[in-house]
Amino acid sequence: MPTSYKVLPGPEHFLPPSAASMGIRLPDPGQAHIHGTIVTEEEAMEQAARQFLSAKVPTIFPGPLVLWAWNEKAAHKAKAVRHLYETIKESVTPSQQAMLIPMPDYRPKYPKINPEIEINPNHPNLTIWHNKIDACMFVGVHCHQANLSLKIIRGGTNCYTIAMCAQAGHEDAMLSIRDATADKILRLADWVKKLKGSVPPPA
Amino acid sequence: MSKERIKIAEELFDIMPPEYQDLVKRATFGNEQRGWKDIGNAKELIEEHSLCAGCPESMAFRYILASLPNPEDTVMVGSTGCTSLVFPHVAVHNIHSLFGNQNAIASGLKRALSVRFPGQVKDVVVLAGDGATVDIGLDMTLQAWFRQEKFTTICFDNELYANTGGQESGLMQKGFVAKMAPVGKTFEKVRLPEIARESGCHYVVNCTVSKPNLVEKVIKNAIHIAREIGPTYLQLYTPCILEIGKNSMEGLQEMRDSEKPTERFAYKEYVSEPAKELLAELAAKEKERKAEAKKQLAGQTA
Repeated sequence: MPTSYKVLPGPEHFLPPSAASMGIRLPDPGQAHIHGTIVTEEEAMEQAARQFLSAKVPTIFPGPLVLWAWNEKAAHKAKAVRHLYETIKESVTPSQQAMLIPMPDYRPKYPKINPEIEINPNHPNLTIWHNKIDACMFVGVHCHQANLSLKIIRGGTNCYTIAMCAQAGHEDAMLSIRDATADKILRLADWVKKLKGSVPPPA
Repeated sequence: MSKERIKIAEELFDIMPPEYQDLVKRATFGNEQRGWKDIGNAKELIEEHSLCAGCPESMAFRYILASLPNPEDTVMVGSTGCTSLVFPHVAVHNIHSLFGNQNAIASGLKRALSVRFPGQVKDVVVLAGDGATVDIGLDMTLQAWFRQEKFTTICFDNELYANTGGQESGLMQKGFVAKMAPVGKTFEKVRLPEIARESGCHYVVNCTVSKPNLVEKVIKNAIHIAREIGPTYLQLYTPCILEIGKNSMEGLQEMRDSEKPTERFAYKEYVSEPAKELLAELAAKEKERKAEAKKQLAGQTA
């Protein structure tokens, strides 16, 4: 069913609707989505790279599926994530600050988390607010926790969210690439390198 | 073996918060000789907890987690109560079941693990309070024992519903008056250790957690017996200092007072015949291991 709803940076409101309930559908294999509109993977890669290059604090949030070396595939992805981070760091201007902040697990942490060094899916907004993150990418986060976090972020922050998903993608992200592999992450790094200098830095 | 499974990806090691780095570098996963003496020397599997200051349950948690023989291949099943406040802080797989059905969940889990990982040791340990074990979950507790399910049930007995303000539980002593039980308990404390023995448990212990070496011994015995033979049950007194009107410093003394020979938590142990044989076998192996280690040490120093 066609929808006029767009998945845009928030703050949307306290309890934003799930994008799926607003008619946003997931991309098919080989596709991606930007703000809920189905696009080609290359278009999404380019847009994700532009977001990183134009953000004040472009950040990658690796989750447990890449932080822990469960198998060779996970270890390769971790390598690719590190490469992407280094590429973004090299490609942004000195006024921008690239960050790599882990989401090591999903348990609620009390009395509080340290937002400088980690992000927790139960209150991801704390890390985003604290570090003034305006563009972020989730990678290696299990589906349910990613959806939960993406919705909280959309509800309470103005951060642009990108989901590099190993499964079918995330409607609740502003941009989502599906079937993520180490190669796709490296391709995104190539896009960042390619667009370096051509995207105006934040004012 | 286990440390291989909890390896942090090399490229991202430096960004992991220090407690996770410690867990990989300094925890006792994979060490068969782990025990309560590692507390303070090695990274504990529980670092912080959300229980009250001086809570004996927190001591019990530390001793139990330090004594699990195989923490990397152990799943703990908990239930609603003070224990469930701690599980999010524990570096062992755990399931928070609905109030009272922990032994039913553990039964299914243990069976599923045996099918999914044949030939591998996977321990399941239920850890719940007295309300979940004896009142709300008594049906599930007993049925698991009748069916001879191979896992350990640990009951943290604080003799009331502490988490919700002090209501009467089946394990409360007769005559005790609590904040939410003002007329006093009118019937005797349920004799669950005896019921456990009659229901088919192969190893049953009733004690306090005042002595860490004793806790380590009973935990290891219970898990080894459950692994090989059948259900085991430990009833550990972890008094709620708030609900019985004690101060933070008085939990240990309360346990010592309650374990005197005539008191309700005097050490009681039941071991079935097959379990006795298994424990004798394990003791012989341990003796052999120690003798071998001694010999090696003598060889090194000579």
